[in-house]
Amino acid sequence: MSDIDASAAATAPTARGGSQHHEAISTALPGRPQEGHGEPRSLGKDAWLDLRTNPIFLISATLIVVLLTMAMFPGLFTSQTPESADLTKSRVGPSSQAWFGYDLQGNDIYTLTVYGARASIMVGVLATTITLLLGSLAGIVAGYAGGWVDSVISRLTDVFYAIPLLLGAILVVFAFPTPPETPSIVIILRVVAALAILGWTPVARIMRSSVIGVKQADYVQAARALGASPVRIVLRHILPNAVAPVIVVSTIALGGYIAVEATLSFLGLGLTPPVVSWGVAISEASTFVRVSPHMLLFPSLFLSITVLAFIMLGDAVRDALDPKLR
Amino acid sequence: MDKLPAGQPSRGSAALLEVEDLHVEFRTREGVAHAVNGVTYTLHEGETLAVLGESGSGKSVTAQAIMGILDTPPGFVTRGEVRFRGENLLGMPEDKRRTFRGRRIAMIFQDALSSLNPVFSVGWQIAEMFRVHEGMSKKSALAKAVELMERVRIPAAKQRVGDYPHQFSGGMRQRIMIAMAIALDPDVLIADEPTTALDVTVQAQVMLLLKELQQESNMGLILITHDLGVVADVADTISVMYAGRIVERADVMNIYSNPAHPYTEGLIASIPRIDMKGQELYAIKGIPPNLMHVPAGCPFNPRCRYAQDICRADDPPLYDVDRGHRSACHFWKEVHDGSIG
Repeated sequence: MSDIDASAAATAPTARGGSQHHEAISTALPGRPQEGHGEPRSLGKDAWLDLRTNPIFLISATLIVVLLTMAMFPGLFTSQTPESADLTKSRVGPSSQAWFGYDLQGNDIYTLTVYGARASIMVGVLATTITLLLGSLAGIVAGYAGGWVDSVISRLTDVFYAIPLLLGAILVVFAFPTPPETPSIVIILRVVAALAILGWTPVARIMRSSVIGVKQADYVQAARALGASPVRIVLRHILPNAVAPVIVVSTIALGGYIAVEATLSFLGLGLTPPVVSWGVAISEASTFVRVSPHMLLFPSLFLSITVLAFIMLGDAVRDALDPKLR
Repeated sequence: MDKLPAGQPSRGSAALLEVEDLHVEFRTREGVAHAVNGVTYTLHEGETLAVLGESGSGKSVTAQAIMGILDTPPGFVTRGEVRFRGENLLGMPEDKRRTFRGRRIAMIFQDALSSLNPVFSVGWQIAEMFRVHEGMSKKSALAKAVELMERVRIPAAKQRVGDYPHQFSGGMRQRIMIAMAIALDPDVLIADEPTTALDVTVQAQVMLLLKELQQESNMGLILITHDLGVVADVADTISVMYAGRIVERADVMNIYSNPAHPYTEGLIASIPRIDMKGQELYAIKGIPPNLMHVPAGCPFNPRCRYAQDICRADDPPLYDVDRGHRSACHFWKEVHDGSIG
């Protein structure tokens, strides 16, 4: 919980500072003469043109593509399987044969890390997607409708917000134990569900406040005055202008979810063998951190790179969606 | 613009928009603010009606009530009718009423930058009007957008159609807002302080544009402003508002030469004049009343230099001064003749 809390709190002022920054830019450049393109442009198309040349986007997108490929087709990256263990190589350090070394069971850590990508990324991406959708929906409805609808949704959010993510996730996972023969996808989805049930609240809160701010903008009133329907106002005028802070918070939260999954696995509650994940690997390695640091280093490194890649992606996407930064 | 005798609508005689005895109040924690108190006006085809008043006089709230974009709560229309071609808009279900906005009655706002959606290009936003209301294809809507941008005289419209609002100057943005408002050929255009945020030379251009567009399509134009100078050249009739009511209405020539209300008189006297250089600028003393505690009697009495006991006791009705010239002042005759003060 604390990771996500902190990220939400850290982002709110950033978002506010950001909008002030935009105003400063717009007053500094009133009617900058513009080289014409004369092409019909849409928000998505413009954002894409912008992203294509943004190095941060290119780096993060490349990393994410590699990681996703790793998650989908681990066989492309290694010829070994995580089941092939050789106890004689238990905790052997990195060498020219095995760059990442071996773990306690004599498994090649590189292979484990490659195969672990699937579970970890699935947990992170799925939990983020579900919380983003759930939280945004709740936030938009609360912020736009106002009145008693807002009160009900906000209090509901508060109730869920009061439960610490990790503690809540432990409870949910504990309440629905999986029998030993459960397929690994079910084990993964159970963790995702535990994270999503409790993780949507920061998104909902930020979306709500963002929507309330945008709702009062003159262009929303202008759109009403020119006959736009409520659905259109929400989708075309409020959402595109309110979504930026939520995107940033969600991409940061993605790393947090992978970390919580690792914590749950460490406690023996999250992903359990036969599922291999970075969280499982990290929790196993933490016992031997002083004698065999390589066991901890490589899964953690991949975890950090993944989190960083998603945060960079979120940042680039947010910037691309803001025409004033172009 | 040829001026016709007082009380005569300038061109087509059909009443487009009639506002009758409109009351709007804002219910807040501190109490009820009576923002609009019995406003009545009529707009004809091709007519330009200027609604004049200080901030807080209820002129914008009246417009919002006409459009049906009042924030409810806290704002409530408590009494009155708004009829568009005889049809009362106020009793109408929201779904039906929405079809009037943009298509029949459109509105432009003071600050065009904040009235345009910052994340979409201007062409996209103008084209949106055709796509939403007329179901036009993306391509033909965009062609129409360029056409409209040319119609509001945006240079290099074809090249600039993909630019964003913040890339335009203030005057150009207001033109884009105007283009969106006239996209569907509305019968009535309400301009809420359209030139206030612009500098003086641009003000004149935008007013001229509005006037030209009005003449092309014979639409009714309601011009909300606090600037008498802006109004003089373009308006046919003027309604002066104070504390949520109309205190004087008249043909534009009549009001400048022969005001029949001390407030209007004060407003005219406050226009800075180049031939009065070196003299002190005139200002109406005092401030507009708090709408939660409007003074008894005539709401203008605490600031009025002619105020008598009757002004503190009775709220004056709108007296007929002349044909089409009405004034809500107990001493309208004296003010009109200049035989007082």
